[in-house]
Order: sequence, then C-alpha cells, then structure tokens
Amino acid sequence: MRLHDIAHARTGDKGDISNISVIAYDAAHWPLIRDAVTPERVAAHFGTFDAGNVTRYDLPQLQALNFVIRGALTGGVTRSLALDAHGKCLASVLLEMPV
Amino acid sequence: MSVLRIGAGAGFQGDRIAPAIALAERGQLDYLVFECLGERTIALAQQARSLDPSQGYDPLLERRMRAVLPACVRSGTRIVTNMGAANPRAAAEKTRAVARELGLTGLKVAAVTGDDVVDRIGDFTLDETGTTASALGDRLVSANAYIGIDGLVAALNAGADVVICGRASDPSLFLAPLVHEFGWARDDWTRLGRGILVGHLLECAAQITGGYFADPGVKDVPDLANIGHPLAEVDRDGNAVITKLDGSGGCVSRATCIEQMLYEIHDPARYLQPDVVADFSGVQFKEIGTDRVAVTGASGTPATGLLKVSVGYRDGWLGEGQISYAGANCLARGQLAIDLVRDRLAHISGALLEQRGELIGVNSVLPTTNASACPAEVRMRYAARCPDALTARAVGEEVEGLYLAGPAGGGGVTKGIREVLAIASTLMPADRVAVTFDMQEVQHETA
Repeated sequence: MRLHDIAHARTGDKGDISNISVIAYDAAHWPLIRDAVTPERVAAHFGTFDAGNVTRYDLPQLQALNFVIRGALTGGVTRSLALDAHGKCLASVLLEMPV
Repeated sequence: MSVLRIGAGAGFQGDRIAPAIALAERGQLDYLVFECLGERTIALAQQARSLDPSQGYDPLLERRMRAVLPACVRSGTRIVTNMGAANPRAAAEKTRAVARELGLTGLKVAAVTGDDVVDRIGDFTLDETGTTASALGDRLVSANAYIGIDGLVAALNAGADVVICGRASDPSLFLAPLVHEFGWARDDWTRLGRGILVGHLLECAAQITGGYFADPGVKDVPDLANIGHPLAEVDRDGNAVITKLDGSGGCVSRATCIEQMLYEIHDPARYLQPDVVADFSGVQFKEIGTDRVAVTGASGTPATGLLKVSVGYRDGWLGEGQISYAGANCLARGQLAIDLVRDRLAHISGALLEQRGELIGVNSVLPTTNASACPAEVRMRYAARCPDALTARAVGEEVEGLYLAGPAGGGGVTKGIREVLAIASTLMPADRVAVTFDMQEVQHETA
C-alpha cells in the first residue's frame, strides 16, 4: 500500500528548509509508519537531497513524525525558480511512498 | 476573566475577509488578531514606503478595518495585528481615519515600532549568504527583527483598542493579549509556552479549520466554500479549546490540529520565540465536541535572548515563459521546446545566474520525476534568474518565439519578469532592539 492509505501530511517552509509532518489516521498503523518512513527512505523517495539533510522528530503520543529537510527548496521561497517555491506540494508527493 | 476568547481574522496578507467579519459580528470575542506578514511581505512593503512615505502597510488594512471595526467596538473586541508591515504609524493613522469616518470617536489606536533595525544590521553575518549585511551595498532593502510581546502588552496595558505592529513573531500577536489579561509572569515559561502554542495554532487562520487539508474521499471537509476562521477559548493556565463559529463551514478536529501544530515547526521541543522557547513535544489534542478540540501539554524554557532578523535584498530578476502542448507525442514536443529555449539562450548563458526548464504536469514540482506514459497535455515552463531586467526579458521572448520557430502545435504563451526580492536571516541580541509604542484617540471630525 501507499503511505497515503494510512497517513496524512502537511508541508511548511522557513527559508530554504521544508518540514513535512506525517500523521497516522489510526494509532494501529503508528508502528509501521515509525519503522518504515526513515530519513533514508524519504531522501531516496524525493531524490533531490541527501539523507544527511533530513532530521526526523517523533511525537508518539500524536502518532506523528516531523521531517525537517535542509536545502529542499532550491534557495528558499524568495529566490527559488520553482513554480511551487514554498514546497507546498511536497507532502502529497511523500504520501506516494510505498509502505 | 476566566476564559479569554481570541479569534483569527487573517492568516496571511491576502486572506479572505468574510470569515473575519463573521467572527467580529458573532464571535463574542475579546480579541481579534490579524496575522498578515509573510517572510518577504515586509521587504515588499519597505519598497512601497520608499516610493511613498505614507505607504508601506498592508494594502488590505483599510478594507479590513472598515469591515470589522463597527462590530468590534459594539462587542468590546480589541484588535491586534501586524498589518503595520513597514510603516505601523501610517497604518495607525489610516485606521484612525477610517474610525473617524465611521463615527467611532474615542477609539484608541496604538502603533508599535522598533522592529526596523536596518540602521544597525551592517556588521551582522547573514546565514544564507555567509557575508555581512553591509556587503549587500545598495541591494539591501530592509532588516526587521522578530520582536516579542513587550510593545504589544505595553500598548494593551495603556488601554489601546487597536494595536498595530510591523514584524513581530506571529504567535506573539496572540500571546500578548493572554499575558495582558491573565498577568502571566515573564518567566512563567510553562504558561508562555502554552500561549505560544495557542498563537501558533491560530496564526494561519483557516489552516486549522479545514483549509490546506481537504483530500477528497480521504480527508473530506464539510462546506469548505464557507469555511470559518478559528477561535480559541483560553483559560488562565493557557489550556485551550480550539473551535469555530456555529454555522460556518470547515471542521476542527484532532487531525487538523496536529497538522497545524507541526506546520513550519522544526524541533517540536524547541520552538524558538522572542519571549520563550516553546516545547510542543508533549502536546495532547482531544475532541470534546463537534468542532471542539481541547489542547493541553505544551510547556516552555527560557528565551535565548536572541531575536531572528529577516534581511530583504534585491537579488536580480526572474524571467519566465510558458507554452502548452497537447495530444499525440506532446511529451516529446514539450521536451524539445525546453532544449530549444536552452540552446537559444546559450549566447547569454554566462549572464544567467540560474535557469530551469520543466514540464508542468510531469516534473515541475519534483525535477526527478519521469513520465511513465505520455500525458494528455503538458505545459512547458522556462525560468531563469538574471542580473538585470533586460536579460530576464529574453527568457520569455525565446518562449514566445516557439510559436513560429518551435515544435508543432505549441499554444497559449505567457511570459513575464519580476524583480527578485530575497530574504536572508541572522540573529541579533534582544538588547539591541528597542521597542516602543505611541497611542492616539480618534477625535471628532472637524469641519
């Protein structure tokens, strides 16, 4: 299945740093999400940054993960050439990950 | 006062006004807060002020004030906002003029200033460029410190009905009324941290009531068209219920709250704010009724004594063009269009600081995406950052040239240029920033 089947997500941005939250719909899926969605797999899924750029924070009581990705926005909202300079679309891209 | 009712009138500069009017008229609010400054907004506002000294505040300020002031005065709702942007005093003056027209004599309007630190930023090294701000020379546009609650609380203590600031940390707009009303000590890190959480949850307005959330069939949002803005009922200890007006669209749920709590957050245990380092790592959300979510468990630790400063600077020009291809083999024709524009710009490529060509619908969000099959249509976009407007214009011109000299069947060209206003950041000791306020009453209209 895809991560989209068991989790929802939201992207935020500060400068050239993107953060993507991943939240379980059902607490029963929390262990799977916690074990499967690693910084390494997130970096491999996007293919545009290294795992070393990714820090993961766990919030087990909310069954939520927060990924902080440095250098994800090609220079940041204000000077990026990207159409979606904020990276607002990235959370849904992450939800395509197979789990 | 045992419970304070705070509503969010706006979550960004261009936010919808109707939900703010509904809150002003039916929310029985103690405070209505308008958060309207993005990372770059204040630099744009500073450019506007440099062209006209009476400008530089939020372009929607007059419309928003005209829409909500009568109801706010009737209900005793005080307004806190950062719509002052680069010119809080002019924003206060404009607000008084609107109030005078509406017959709201006696309304006290305060402007909080001191966030503008452009005169002392020169020696500070910017994180993103690695150079000092003074190295930007005449490209430097603005430097504003994210101030905390000091000036806002002082203005509220002095009796202001409307408090207008420029750059302040967004949650501070909400924390200030809580500190003013409940008298929280400035070293009560737990309550300050809880107040920051309330502010953080509300500051993006509809993003916690079902906006930026709907995913049809998976996360459906009822009556999204008529989405309401949120309000919080906050008790003396900083615990809160997040809700919205009965009859408004949208939803407030555990899911909307968790998404918003983590929005633009890095380490949840260390959310750096001017007045406290807030800790969201132990927060709990509980649905206690329809569109009612109780939030508990935030805390805080002492502030760092450093304020983040956003520095705006001119960083060249962006030139862009787009063209559509559809039907048979459109993917290959779109790719050929990218290659052609790149080749035709090669003679000036030394002047292009950065460039990219992409196919919207295929790889504009994620450049590494490969189309598995030819889509029904693609839109080619070519963009480049250039040192000057003339060079930037060439990008769109080469895209437009594809009409006659490009692949088969290209249509619907758009092109444009804009000056790039970039933002860099640094940290400044809080004692280098002096915040103050001045307050004036709305006087009778004189003949």
